[in-house]
Amino acid sequence: MTNNWITTRAWFLMLPLLIVMVAIIGWPLFDTVRLSFTDAKLVGTAGNFVGFENYVRILSGPNFQRTLITTFWFAVLSVSAEMVIGVLAALLLNQQFYGRSVLRALMILPWALPTVVNATLWRLIYNPEYGALNAALTQMGIIGAYQSWLGEPGTALASLIVADCWKNFPLVALIALAALQAVPRDITAAAMVDGAGAWSRFRFVIMPYLAGPLMVALVLRTIEAFKVFDIIWVMTRGGPANSTRTLSILVYQEAFSFQRAGSGASLALIVTLLVTILAVAYAALIRKSAGVS
Amino acid sequence: MLKSVQTALLGATLLGAALFSPAHAETKINALFMAQAAYSEADVRAMTEAFTKANPDISVNLEFVPYEGLHDKTVLAQGSGGGYDVVLFDVIWPAEYATNKVLTDVTDKITPEMKSGVLPGAWTTVEYDGKRYGMPWILDTKYLFYNKEILEKAGIKAPPTTWAELAEQAKTIKDKGILATPIAWSWSQAEAAICDYTTLVSAYGGSFLKDGKPAFQTGGGLDALKYMVDSYTSGVTNPNSKEFLEEDVRRLFQNGDVAFALNWTYMYNMANDPKDSKVAGKVGVVPAPGVEGKSKVSAVNGSMGLGITSTSKHADEAWKYITFMTSQATQNQYAKLSLPIWASSYDDPAVAKGQEELIAAAKVGLAAMYPRPTTPKYQELSTALQQAIQESLLGQAKPDAALETAVQNSGL
Repeated sequence: MTNNWITTRAWFLMLPLLIVMVAIIGWPLFDTVRLSFTDAKLVGTAGNFVGFENYVRILSGPNFQRTLITTFWFAVLSVSAEMVIGVLAALLLNQQFYGRSVLRALMILPWALPTVVNATLWRLIYNPEYGALNAALTQMGIIGAYQSWLGEPGTALASLIVADCWKNFPLVALIALAALQAVPRDITAAAMVDGAGAWSRFRFVIMPYLAGPLMVALVLRTIEAFKVFDIIWVMTRGGPANSTRTLSILVYQEAFSFQRAGSGASLALIVTLLVTILAVAYAALIRKSAGVS
Repeated sequence: MLKSVQTALLGATLLGAALFSPAHAETKINALFMAQAAYSEADVRAMTEAFTKANPDISVNLEFVPYEGLHDKTVLAQGSGGGYDVVLFDVIWPAEYATNKVLTDVTDKITPEMKSGVLPGAWTTVEYDGKRYGMPWILDTKYLFYNKEILEKAGIKAPPTTWAELAEQAKTIKDKGILATPIAWSWSQAEAAICDYTTLVSAYGGSFLKDGKPAFQTGGGLDALKYMVDSYTSGVTNPNSKEFLEEDVRRLFQNGDVAFALNWTYMYNMANDPKDSKVAGKVGVVPAPGVEGKSKVSAVNGSMGLGITSTSKHADEAWKYITFMTSQATQNQYAKLSLPIWASSYDDPAVAKGQEELIAAAKVGLAAMYPRPTTPKYQELSTALQQAIQESLLGQAKPDAALETAVQNSGL
């Protein structure tokens, strides 16, 4: 069979999927790009062409920079914490002990919860008057009085990050656990015989097996964290004093609350562009670490 | 997985509907309500059931969202080609809804009986540019609730009549060691904070706009924010107020954790229900106080109306439903969580029974209702003001500077 025929057949087989993708991804994307150059409202007017005005206004406005920084911190801190906790949890669950399979199943629970449910739960935990966290910390003598975790700019973002970590570390743990199954026992045993300590065994024997899959988890989680909306919307709606307002919340406000579909679209595209840059950079990293040119 | 469950459920529902649907043709209308303050979800369901019993050819599909989602859900449904026939709307939205043609003009459908029977103040809820976009349904303002037992314990004879007096009384309660923080407000970054702010703006004789331009950054508007900041920093206000919505305030008040709270009508009968409340029988209510030399009482117009969407294909059935829901009979029957829009209801002993104190406060408060600004850009203005309030409370900006920033961000 010729190469040509294989290529043709491949495209032919993919055709139905491509048609669907163009219809449900391509067309809305194209329409968003068109909208972003207009002053269209969500309801009512179709809008006039305004060139790059929306982009200039957003990029030079005071809100964009601040939300970008908030989003950056949220993504960096939550994803790094999730990676560390996830790998540690995976290493623990990879040990032989009684009840391991029960724990493995339980670990999935937070990840399986809908984000809105998770956010509501954490809102109750953080409640400044009746919250479980306040009760636990005061009873243990760690804090003197009940705190307003979501009402103070200093703790609101950190509290959101903890809630996000609790929900999302199982994904990282799951991927790491799967990767750990591929580590041959004789190699770790041999390293032990050679006198390698726990850290050295992890760093030089296990880590090479984990790197690839973890990279995938990192890409997925970073992109998700950068687009974060629901957990913040339910817990703080961007408050207090906009200290937890992320890019997606800004997009939502612009497009839906203020009904400026045009500038909302341009903001959404800027976010998309940023996420794409991240994804491409990660993809390059993965290729490099996998040794494929 | 979830998708397949949904599909299965949908399939089952459709099958069920096909098997059990009545023989006669049925018109189905979709209505959007809120589950927060005023009529409870159970009340709305009961009212609707009475309607469908009287009109078996119409069925009503009810949907409830929190207040915070009501505006966006309505607008989004409209943007995607409709879905709702009847929507609940807040007094601040008719300007925007009328400008963007979200609601149908129903001026011609309103009968002379409605015109003369409904309180004149209630009509402002549904009006924009001389036209009416629905029927008022929830007639509401924020009252000052107080815990009679705590006031008595502190030796306070009567509830405050000015905001300065409120601060003094709260300080007395605090100094006597009865409560650490005697006042609760709903100052979360949400519309609720604007309602408390508006109450104070009306007390201080301020105004939001003059000739369409922002005017809240000086005079009464500035004084109102300064009062909030003073109350917060002096320690008489529960500091967690900055993350509270109305329901948080209600829980605190019902638990006896605060002496004073600003809240809507619905809290009166809920806080007086011994099943849920520790302060049942001790709940006092008066109109929100005034400012010496400026006002006797203060009140925000927090009313809401029911309107027909412009995309509705069943406008007649929708209007029939709205007429039923806003009728004097229905409203008198369910007058415990929201007071009627009908003038004569307030002299009806059946309505007043068991809530005489609330009715007395309502007669004064409802007459003093102060509107939030009427502008199609209300959402932007409100968002900017919410930010100003929170920044001032948190000490990130001085009230005058914060309000200046709000002027810049208001889009006006």
